Amino acid sequence: MKAAFTVFLKECRESLRDRRVLINSLVLGPLLGPLIFLLMVRLVVGRELEKAEQPLPVVVIGAERAPDLVDALRQMGLRQLPPVADPELAVREQRIDLALRVGADFGANWRAGRSAQVELIYDSSRREAQGDAERLRAMLENYGRRNGALRLLARGLSPGVATPLVVATRDTATPQARGALLFAMLPYMLVLTIFIGGIWLAIDSTAGERERQSLEPLLINPVPRDRILLGKLMATAVFSLASLGLGLLAFLLAGRFMPTAELGLSLALGPRFLLVALPMLLPLVLLVCSAQILIAAFARSVREAQTYLGLAQLVPLIPSVVLSVVPVKAQLWMYAVPLLGQQLSLMRLLRAEPLAGLALALSALATLLAALGLFLLARRSYESEQLVVPG
Amino acid sequence: MIEARGLYKSFGGLKAVDGVSFVARDGEITGLLGPNGAGKTTTLRMLYTLLRPDAGSIHVDGRDAQLEPLAVRRTLGVLPDARGLYRRLSARENIEYFAALQGLDRAQARARTDALVEALAMQDIAERRTAGFSQGERVKTAIARALVHDPRNVLLDEPTNGLDVASTRALREFLRGLKAAGRCVLLSTHLMQEVAALCDRIVIIARGRVVADGSSDELRRQAGEQNLEDAFMRLIGERVAGDAP
Repeated sequence: MKAAFTVFLKECRESLRDRRVLINSLVLGPLLGPLIFLLMVRLVVGRELEKAEQPLPVVVIGAERAPDLVDALRQMGLRQLPPVADPELAVREQRIDLALRVGADFGANWRAGRSAQVELIYDSSRREAQGDAERLRAMLENYGRRNGALRLLARGLSPGVATPLVVATRDTATPQARGALLFAMLPYMLVLTIFIGGIWLAIDSTAGERERQSLEPLLINPVPRDRILLGKLMATAVFSLASLGLGLLAFLLAGRFMPTAELGLSLALGPRFLLVALPMLLPLVLLVCSAQILIAAFARSVREAQTYLGLAQLVPLIPSVVLSVVPVKAQLWMYAVPLLGQQLSLMRLLRAEPLAGLALALSALATLLAALGLFLLARRSYESEQLVVPG
Repeated sequence: MIEARGLYKSFGGLKAVDGVSFVARDGEITGLLGPNGAGKTTTLRMLYTLLRPDAGSIHVDGRDAQLEPLAVRRTLGVLPDARGLYRRLSARENIEYFAALQGLDRAQARARTDALVEALAMQDIAERRTAGFSQGERVKTAIARALVHDPRNVLLDEPTNGLDVASTRALREFLRGLKAAGRCVLLSTHLMQEVAALCDRIVIIARGRVVADGSSDELRRQAGEQNLEDAFMRLIGERVAGDAP
């Protein structure tokens, strides 16, 4: 075991002097996930949110013909812009986004109780304008429905006569659960920090050592090869773990900049998340690092190892995608599947739901067993003569 | 002392080593001489237990290398064909890493490293990172880390490959010092001058077999040639200048 520790110390010392390892494990690994995530949330959620809150600027033509309508629209968030001469042309030339035209006969029709017409002028091929137009249409329909009901009442009829069908929507998702659905990708981002954290060390200490011709001298020392491998695995795991720890911290910080409160969502990204997630993911760190060492030991060159490990990074995406597309009910056996188990636990943790001890234990045990299996496979490839003398 | 008996090793269908036997004694420098691809490196790799022979036996100081590979490796100092160093570690850190793997404690490792740095005249490079070392500096570092545990048997695969004249002479002097200290030194080479200048015994290998074994005088006599190079060519089955075509 002393020899394994010697190898471990040497790999750590050498890696701390390697800019690539440092950038990967301590900068790129921890920050990439949170940054991508923050950007994603800001872009997708933030923009929708801003739009919904912001007043909707609309060019209104003929506002004096429908003062009540324009007043009501203003209360619903419309900002009235002065009329332009040729709204169709202005929209086409993208000088304005959206115009509302009140027809000349609007007042007459309205007072006579007939359907009065307004026109929405926008370019539906422009995505931005389409969202704005939908918003304005919803405002107009709201106003129309309200007045329709008033007219029926004035004639002694129940408004229900004109609305034979009412659809009521009851969304049972708690605010936290809705947030977690949005954040279904977050566990993958965390797993990614584990992957990126160990990747260079795994490659450098196996495929790299062979490529630089220092593996043969190393193996001539009176040390069993599994000790050497164990030292390399431990060093990889330490850097991976450092990346994960920093990544979790980065997520905690990023959580403060996420517009979760405005959306009425709460995401349990507090210190408790950090304290529970880190030990919970430890078996996964060992599994990922064993897999990386195994793959890198099989590869014939550093370049080949990079290619394989790059592809391997996509594997943990599978449970994330499946869970976000197909909302499955978590069964106990799912926790026994490495990656999937951690993914489910992380999502429960984010939703601030209680974690079952049995599920956690099952997940840890299964992942550790898988890690051991991969380590034994890597050991077999290390014991083989082909490691040094490719046959 | 290293004794190899009836070693066989093939890769796929290719017989790399096809029945090699010889003895390398303590206090002598033994040279494995042969053309490129004769099986020298494969033979050495079996001796230092990196490869397992298909048949045959190896004893180092009386220990069976296949039964006790770790114990045997402790008594071997090896400069293999692959002599890569860790570029981000200094020469001293490279040497002390191997000292730790050989089981030396920190004080022993330091003392042995100091002694080797002195013996190999590495004072000015010992604390430098090995990235950017010259070929000669790399070989010195590789030899120092191979000998850090003061092994009784020293195996070197083409030790002077890529060295300039001065480094080659210094290395030969160093090897003679090991011999004087009673070590068993075994080196492989394809260079005639190397064995002529250095070796007490010469084992000539061609196509995976030992074709001659003895001192350079004995080999010249055996081949009936005055010149060692001619003797070598005749013994490995090549025509010598002046022969009838």
